[in-house]
Amino acid sequence: MMQWETVIGLEVHVQLATRSKIFSGASTAFGAEPNTQACAVDLGLPGVLPVLNEAAVSMAVQFGLAVHAQIPEVSVFDRKNYFYPDLPKGYQTSQMYHPIVGPGEVEVSLEDGSTKPIRIHHAHLEEDAGKSLHEDFHGMTGIDLNRAGTPLLEIVSEPDMRNAKEAAAFLKAIHSIVTYLGISNGNMAEGSMRCDVNVSVRPQGQASLGTRAEVKNVNSFRFVERAIAFEVERQIELIEDGGKVIQETRLYDPERDETRSMRTKEEANDYRYFPCPDLLPVVLDQAYVEHLRGQLPELPAAKRERFERELGLSAYDAGVLSASRDMAEYFEEVKTVCGDAKQAANWVQGELSGALNRENLVITQSPVSARQLGELVSRVMDDTISGKAAKQVFQALWNGQGHSADDVIEAQGLKQVTDSGAIEAMIDQVIADSPAQVAQYCDAEPEKRGKMIGYFVGQVMKASRGTANPQQVNGLLKEKLDALL
Amino acid sequence: MALEDSHVRRAAHLARLAVSDDQARGFVDDLNRILEMVDQLQGLDTEGVVPLAHPLDATQRLRADEVTESSQRDTFQYSAPAVENGLYLVPRVVE
Repeated sequence: MMQWETVIGLEVHVQLATRSKIFSGASTAFGAEPNTQACAVDLGLPGVLPVLNEAAVSMAVQFGLAVHAQIPEVSVFDRKNYFYPDLPKGYQTSQMYHPIVGPGEVEVSLEDGSTKPIRIHHAHLEEDAGKSLHEDFHGMTGIDLNRAGTPLLEIVSEPDMRNAKEAAAFLKAIHSIVTYLGISNGNMAEGSMRCDVNVSVRPQGQASLGTRAEVKNVNSFRFVERAIAFEVERQIELIEDGGKVIQETRLYDPERDETRSMRTKEEANDYRYFPCPDLLPVVLDQAYVEHLRGQLPELPAAKRERFERELGLSAYDAGVLSASRDMAEYFEEVKTVCGDAKQAANWVQGELSGALNRENLVITQSPVSARQLGELVSRVMDDTISGKAAKQVFQALWNGQGHSADDVIEAQGLKQVTDSGAIEAMIDQVIADSPAQVAQYCDAEPEKRGKMIGYFVGQVMKASRGTANPQQVNGLLKEKLDALL
Repeated sequence: MALEDSHVRRAAHLARLAVSDDQARGFVDDLNRILEMVDQLQGLDTEGVVPLAHPLDATQRLRADEVTESSQRDTFQYSAPAVENGLYLVPRVVE
């Protein structure tokens, strides 16, 4: 049977987090009343001229620097001509021949903990179109142009991905970079990040690429994987049945989990690009680029590496904790407060992440602050409270009962008993109350006694309402029971 | 390359221009003369000449990222043929 290889390239559209549009002073805020943020420039009214937004330029360059790309000195805007009612000018201002970001590379982390470099072909600036609403307006289509002119950075990868997981990992890496840089909110549900996937298959070992289909409307990490899986199967079946893949645009339908041909007219693809006469070439001097380079934050790949190397975290922990900047900053504050990276990692990924998931919150909405969690962890580490009591303290902080771990420990009397006199008294009581179990213990084979001691530990912990130090209880119990043999 | 009637029709369609048969014939002649001039330019030696993206010897000025526009929806929609709920209405674009 023929072995097939999948080849995938992605085009990721990232909405840049500017306050105003790429060529006008209209607001980009999400969710406004229709057409209240579409000014004369966005509407393409006669006589208007675009003026480029400096923040859009700076954000594009920051992305380029983050993916180790060349930043050309000169970039040029072109007009991509097509007719559609949500594009009032009749062309989209984009960059075809001289994009603002040249070739670069992103290191993506795969599930098995390894990494793979994916090359970036280029990234260019362009404006978004408006939205068409196809609900029934007496047989007409409603147009909202608020989104028209919102700055987009289109990031085009090389066809370096070989399966759906790698494509999803690439998208996650881009998401992570743009949110770290703060150049996009990365909100896929609101359309701040959208993705077109180019998929082709070829017999294993063949050097030339197969004919590709472009799948549009893939707007979540999960859909990327599913759309690719469907498309790969479709193409292989088609070829094995003696058919041919045709180069076309297909739409992914998440509800039916399939891709469908968009049956666009052939000439629709003739965009007749030419340099936009309304915009001059953009020239970036070296000082400007270097200034932006100097301001780059520590990026996900570097952070992951540092978490592993400097803090001694596992590759998995380092990956999870560096995936979002908010998560990484929270973790680092917990670590700073408690002084132990591994404990901090365990608590952030365990108790905290569990609680956040249960209530469907993101880390910035956590009712327990990083400082509070850090202090709680230090109270476990200095033996003030047991691990069990710590979970109780966490829950109390989560519910807003008390300002700090110490408040809760004090108020609920959870301070661990380490006074051996007090613990011995409880042990003596338990032994006196459990003659049958003591007899069993004494009669048991020595190797089985280790297990049987659990019963007594449980009783002592219960008597102390969880406040006795379990290691101490264990040690003292063993001494006292063994003395009865 | 000499232009034919079909090329002109296609360009007119892409630009959404209504062109009569007479006009199309005229455009074929006009455009072919323009293309002849382009052919002459193609013959020039441009080795080492930097491509020109814009005739002005100037570079793009950038504006600060500030919201300077407020809604003028009523004014803009005054001249639109059909509006509803703040939306511009256009002939249906999907079947």
